[in-house]
Amino acid sequence: MPVEKSENMPVRSSDDVVRARQAVRKHAIAAGFSLVEQTKIVTAASEIARNTVDHGGGGTLRIEVLREGPRRGVRLTFVDQGPGIADISQALADGYTSAGGMGLGLGGARRLSNEFEITSTPGRGTVVTLGRWI
Amino acid sequence: MVETQSVALALIGKHNDSLLADWIGLQQQVETRGVDPARRTQMVEYSRQFLHELRRSAEAGQSDDITGPDWAPMRELLDSVSQARATQGYSAGATATFVFSLKEPLFELLRRELGRNPDQLAEQTWNATRLLDRLGLYTVEAYQTTREAIIGRQQQELLELSTPVVELWEGILALPLIGTLDSARTQIVMESLLQRIVTSGAEIAIIDITGVPTVDTLVAQHLIKTVSAARLMGADCILSGIRPQIAQTIVHLGLELNVVSKATMADALGLALRRTGKAIVDRSRPAEQGS
Amino acid sequence: MGEIPILRIADCLLVSIQVDMHDQLALALQDDLTRRIVEDRARGVLIDISALDLVDSFIGRMLNNIAAMSRVLDAVTVVVGMRPEVAITLVELGLALTGVRTALNVDKGLALIRGAIDANQRPDARRKI
Repeated sequence: MPVEKSENMPVRSSDDVVRARQAVRKHAIAAGFSLVEQTKIVTAASEIARNTVDHGGGGTLRIEVLREGPRRGVRLTFVDQGPGIADISQALADGYTSAGGMGLGLGGARRLSNEFEITSTPGRGTVVTLGRWI
Repeated sequence: MVETQSVALALIGKHNDSLLADWIGLQQQVETRGVDPARRTQMVEYSRQFLHELRRSAEAGQSDDITGPDWAPMRELLDSVSQARATQGYSAGATATFVFSLKEPLFELLRRELGRNPDQLAEQTWNATRLLDRLGLYTVEAYQTTREAIIGRQQQELLELSTPVVELWEGILALPLIGTLDSARTQIVMESLLQRIVTSGAEIAIIDITGVPTVDTLVAQHLIKTVSAARLMGADCILSGIRPQIAQTIVHLGLELNVVSKATMADALGLALRRTGKAIVDRSRPAEQGS
Repeated sequence: MGEIPILRIADCLLVSIQVDMHDQLALALQDDLTRRIVEDRARGVLIDISALDLVDSFIGRMLNNIAAMSRVLDAVTVVVGMRPEVAITLVELGLALTGVRTALNVDKGLALIRGAIDANQRPDARRKI
């Protein structure tokens, strides 16, 4: 899908997490997302942004607003050069009982997205891409 | 391609009025929706503006990339045309015909003026057709977007009309669902119920599915999610009107409904009234029968 | 000292979250509330989240933690004013608010707390473990 607009921002502190939420909200509104759809993608963004700061040593977020005719979407790409995730399927499957664990954020963010992709190499970093369409 | 574009453009500029007249005449011929003076005036105006923008944008721009800033006014014009036509009930094809119908008079003009130079005629015709094709396609897409918006609005209105949320009593809402529920409709309906809970301050919502013939997994899941969401907000739901077949389906699907269910809405209302501290008293009974 | 003010109404603490909280602020609120429950001998904690347009897993965990800590200190926690879109998203996210009671608004929340406290104080009320 062609990219209509994009924005890059750092995700290195908890203030950045707040800024990331606000930026994603702004773009979701511009893309015509309903209130519920906005809330879902902003919440998903909050989860991954937090992971990026807390577990990935900080990284970047790229927000893309996509448009193909009447179809519109927002895609978020989080990149960090942190320690990476050794067992991705485990991280995704973790229940909500693991305090401080990453699983809460990853699995939840995936549930809130139409598209979700994660690549991680231990010692090299992690890339999480998630998207929502209307 | 400024060099070669300008030959066709110059010709359009030189013969603007006659080209416009031919084009308008052709459009009127293919117009199947009868003669409507207001629409004809609008069509004439659109056509005039189109030729104007065509020359202007092509002159200003270095390329015929119609997505660039030079072509913005033209795109805006086509947006207006598409919106007007979509609202007036034209088909996508009839809307795009506005652009494509220019080809015939334009190529006729090119043939008359450039006939002696076949190579140049071929090149100009080819450039013109490519440009008009792009503009025509853009028109179709703009039309689609408007149609989607109109349909979306109509669906919304239909939805609101067909699934009203009723306040049965102070603090008690009822949502009688009727007909087959699909995933999208259920979602919208549930969202409006939750919204109504906030605005009315009702602590109990009765979801009645007497009028629903079948419930599949997706719909059941939406129901469960709605009940959970209502609880998070501080309200409770009562499910009523579950028919035996639906009860069987739910058990068969292994779903945990986790919500109080009553056979009829009347039972549900009774429960809701008790929960909100109300009691129904039969005034015809003599006083000593009960307090 | 966090930036979120904690008010006291009789034996209840009232918190109204108005800002887009970052994580440190949420943790500070947790600490402040716990301290105040002890200091003020509060029996109820009411958290008004009607201004929040988002509750993610971190804030959800914060609410659960506050509820757990106040339960240990014999206080009831009620969360009020969750917006519909937030509730729908939380359900989708899969986060359960455990030990947290909910009400539609502050009035109903205070009534709920009152009812819970009175129920506990009745002579025939069973002791909670």
